[in-house]
Amino acid sequence: MSDTVTTDGDILTLSNVTLNFGGLSAVSNVDMNLAVGELVGLIGPNGAGKTSIFNLLTGVYPPTSGKVTFTRGQKVSNLGGMKPYAICWAGIGRTFQNIRLFRALPVIENVMIALQHNVPYSLATAFLHTLRYGRLEKQIRDESLELLRIMGLEDDANELAQNLPYGKQRRLEIARAMATHPVLLLLDEPAAGMNPAETADLTELIGWLRTNFNLTILLIEHDMSLVMDICERIYVLDHGVLIASGTPSEIQHNPAVIEAYLGEEAADA
Amino acid sequence: MLRQLRPVLLNGIALVATFAIVYLLMRVGIIDSFYQDTIALVCINIVLAVSLNLIVGFTGQFSLGHAGFMALGAYTTALVTLHFPTIWGMLGGIVLGALVAAAIGLLIGLPTLRLRGDYLAIATLGMAEIIRVLMQNFTFTGGASGLFPSRYLNWTWMFILTAGSVVLIANYIRSRAGRESIAVRENEIAAESIGVNTTKAKTLAFVVGAFFGGVAGGMYGSYFYWIVPKTFSFMMSFNILVIVVLGGLGSISGSVIAAILLGVVNVLLADPNLVPIRMILYSLILIILMVFRPQGLMGDKELSIRLFRSILPKRRRPPDEEPVPAGEGRLEPAEVTS
Ligand SMILES: Nc1ncnc2c1ncn2[C@@H]1O[C@H](COP(=O)(O)OP(=O)(O)OP(=O)(O)O)[C@@H](O)[C@H]1O
Ligand SMILES: [Mg+2]
Repeated sequence: MSDTVTTDGDILTLSNVTLNFGGLSAVSNVDMNLAVGELVGLIGPNGAGKTSIFNLLTGVYPPTSGKVTFTRGQKVSNLGGMKPYAICWAGIGRTFQNIRLFRALPVIENVMIALQHNVPYSLATAFLHTLRYGRLEKQIRDESLELLRIMGLEDDANELAQNLPYGKQRRLEIARAMATHPVLLLLDEPAAGMNPAETADLTELIGWLRTNFNLTILLIEHDMSLVMDICERIYVLDHGVLIASGTPSEIQHNPAVIEAYLGEEAADA
Repeated sequence: MLRQLRPVLLNGIALVATFAIVYLLMRVGIIDSFYQDTIALVCINIVLAVSLNLIVGFTGQFSLGHAGFMALGAYTTALVTLHFPTIWGMLGGIVLGALVAAAIGLLIGLPTLRLRGDYLAIATLGMAEIIRVLMQNFTFTGGASGLFPSRYLNWTWMFILTAGSVVLIANYIRSRAGRESIAVRENEIAAESIGVNTTKAKTLAFVVGAFFGGVAGGMYGSYFYWIVPKTFSFMMSFNILVIVVLGGLGSISGSVIAAILLGVVNVLLADPNLVPIRMILYSLILIILMVFRPQGLMGDKELSIRLFRSILPKRRRPPDEEPVPAGEGRLEPAEVTS
């Protein structure tokens, strides 16, 4: 299988990817690629198929056709047939547009669950609570607390996730995704529902995470200031089709993009 | 180190005290054979309810066939003790019965748990019925008249098996595997996205639940001198589910308390004059409880010293001690580890 054009240094390649729901084509023949370390935006009007791309990248739905390749060091995986948990293990973390926290659990446990697949933890340890159990639990808890501290949630560690305000729930989703030790992070509208100050904080935080954890990030966002501020490259999707890609300033002046967004505004009016 | 061991020690002391008190009361004859049977039933119900709670309450998978696993444990143990009439025969039988139950659990769980939805409920319902019908028709299981094993389960072993099962299941829940179970219950898509193999987590919890369902059956089969297929009907599965819901989905101590309460209610309603209205009273109690406490006696909280502290009027705490927020009673690994 050498039909993919995996240019050197690409961490993610989509070639000719389509996702159909019955008769509806949520994603049509999309080609995308992300270089290692890039911060790329994915924008488009409502219903354009952005979340659907995340879903097919993370195995929630397998692509109807086309190929998705994920490269980590020497290891190349075809994400097409992989289960979501295996894709996570391969190194892709994500957040959800419609927040999916473990609502009834304390904040810290939300992160601990995500962290533990990196920890060797046998069934005997689980049943017998040997000394090893104490050590592993402490290790998992300490690292979770560290992540919460980075995300500014350390004071809420024992609060139930459902009691957090909206902005903090979004940050907890990022903390949880980070706990899986991803190399590629997919953020689905991380600033949705945040006020401008919170959004500014988040923008800074995303940049910080990227540098300090050597992340590649693909970001869906409606807040254009955030996107234009931190993304190096942007893909624009409309009705499941890629209509443009380029640097923020190229995108801002692209007639097709303006058309797509104006069309949406006209329809809303 | 001392803080780490404190909860373990306290639990240990409570367990030993319970054991010793009942032991003494049996010795001096205050607990007669009627009460002894009640205690045996309570112990068996505790193991049944706690193991079913792991599946239904903690993992969120609806299982309607716990009586089937119980039957496998009971028949295996009875058959083994009939051939090896010793206490070791009983213990071997219980272990074997639990393994058989776990194996059947794996067989049922693997194909159904990879599907979303309530396939498990239907499959387990069918499984329990099939097991019952087979026991009724096989000659080596005694057919409809059942088996007549001797009793080898004394209070000591009853206690060890009950407390042991509860502690092992509680440990499981407060570990990586248990957190994965809870993650599946809370949000399956999110759980997968953070690396939880949800099919594996569900199957594992189901098999562990089936195993301890088998242990409970084994206890039954080596205590009551007579086991018949009709004991393990849908009504039995339903009764276990009632105890779980009554105690609180996702609360181990809730299941234990509910099983004990049910035993007490049965004793209170044992008066022959009450027999005709017994089911009515029983149902009434259930309805009243569900109306006033739909989340079950304990909700998803655990009985703990912390919970008591949060209910008691606030006293002055030493400054280094964190105030306990209301509702803080959940099993917390911190109590053991930090
Ligand atoms: N599971 C599904 N079944 C059927 N149709 C779906 C499903 N998921 C998404 N769709 C449809 O696919 C299209 C793309 O949806 P998607 O959620 O990917 O859009 P989006 O770009 O993320 O939009 P938004 O900005 O509103 O989040 C929509 O028409 C949506 O209704
Ligand atoms: Mg979306």
